[in-house]
Amino acid sequence: MIVDVTEKDFDATVAKGVVLVDFWATWCGPCRMQGAILEQKVAPAKPDLTIAKVDIDGNVALAQKFGIMSIPALRIFKDGNLVASFDGVTKPEEIIAAVEQA
Amino acid sequence: MEDLVIVGSGPAGLAAAIYAARAGLRPLVVEGMLAGGQLTQTHEVENYPGFADPIVGLDLMTAMRAQAERAGARFEMDEISSVDFSGDDRKLVGMMGEMSSRAVIVATGAGAKWTDLPGEAKYKNHGISACAVCDGAFFRGRDVAVIGGGDTALGDALYLSRIAKSVTVIHRRDAFRGAKALSDRVLAAPNVTVAWNTTVKSFDGDGSSLTGLSLSDGRTLPVSGAFVAIGHRPQTDFLRGAVELDEAGYVVVDRTRTSAKGVFAAGDCADPLYKQAVIAAGAGAQAAIEAQRYLQEGG
Repeated sequence: MIVDVTEKDFDATVAKGVVLVDFWATWCGPCRMQGAILEQKVAPAKPDLTIAKVDIDGNVALAQKFGIMSIPALRIFKDGNLVASFDGVTKPEEIIAAVEQA
Repeated sequence: MEDLVIVGSGPAGLAAAIYAARAGLRPLVVEGMLAGGQLTQTHEVENYPGFADPIVGLDLMTAMRAQAERAGARFEMDEISSVDFSGDDRKLVGMMGEMSSRAVIVATGAGAKWTDLPGEAKYKNHGISACAVCDGAFFRGRDVAVIGGGDTALGDALYLSRIAKSVTVIHRRDAFRGAKALSDRVLAAPNVTVAWNTTVKSFDGDGSSLTGLSLSDGRTLPVSGAFVAIGHRPQTDFLRGAVELDEAGYVVVDRTRTSAKGVFAAGDCADPLYKQAVIAAGAGAQAAIEAQRYLQEGG
């Protein structure tokens, strides 16, 4: 399941279970490749996984809170805690392996 | 089996797609890691004919893609990692899947060169970036540096000067190589300073992010962001062994034809000299015409 989240509902979204957060922006070219990987490869392989997309336009503070200084960036949360980080476009198999380990 | 696969979606790939689609070839464009190409990372484009006012690079490429799509081109979001051009069909393998095609146009462009200096790998994406337009927003009100002196460096410095508190341009020569129109504006910007005849020795940080640069004049420049703009290298590693490349990695072409049958190349991946969007677009059109002739002749 892919959902859009903002600063308002971020904490509630990542509070329970494993959640993959994708920090992106409309003007970021490589973010489109990352988005396609999540939609076409990760989501079908992990139908129960919540994939939360954060558009950094308007949510820069949230990105900075997790030390993000470049996008695309992925963060994996388990029960609200950060357990894995990827910066730059990340391959589907790496993401799936990290989700399974979380 | 496709008739024509175009690898890359910058000006070369999209111009090729427009021409090929209008010729009735229904080309498949594999967009690549950076959909829209390098221009999507250029804030304002001032030298592409047809736009009296500067156009935002991403807007130009969005319009070009829409034009190609309207002409009948199809798009797939994938990054090709290996090819096999030895058989009758040209095979391409990507991150998302495989495809085969009668003809291929390679328009994979060029990617940023890195300095390979100490600290760069550690702080890449943690203060070090090669894309001011992508990552500039994270440095609002901070001190940043731009490394380089060509058009990319100057464009980045100008863009960052509107976001960051200060911009220091570190350039190894005593004059910029970029366009005069840009360099005049950089030199006039109140919060931009230039360190001439200076190079970076290392990128320094606190273990998690960049805090400064050690410079060749012995200074430590405290910055939270450093933008590397020292040039580009052709993105042709995936072609090694399949088509002839020159020493620098550019695809060797004769009127866009490569050493492999049915494989054409256009744009910055095959252009060691000019590296301009308008030239890439022209070469893309040329490659599409060549590919169409090749297919017509039953290739």
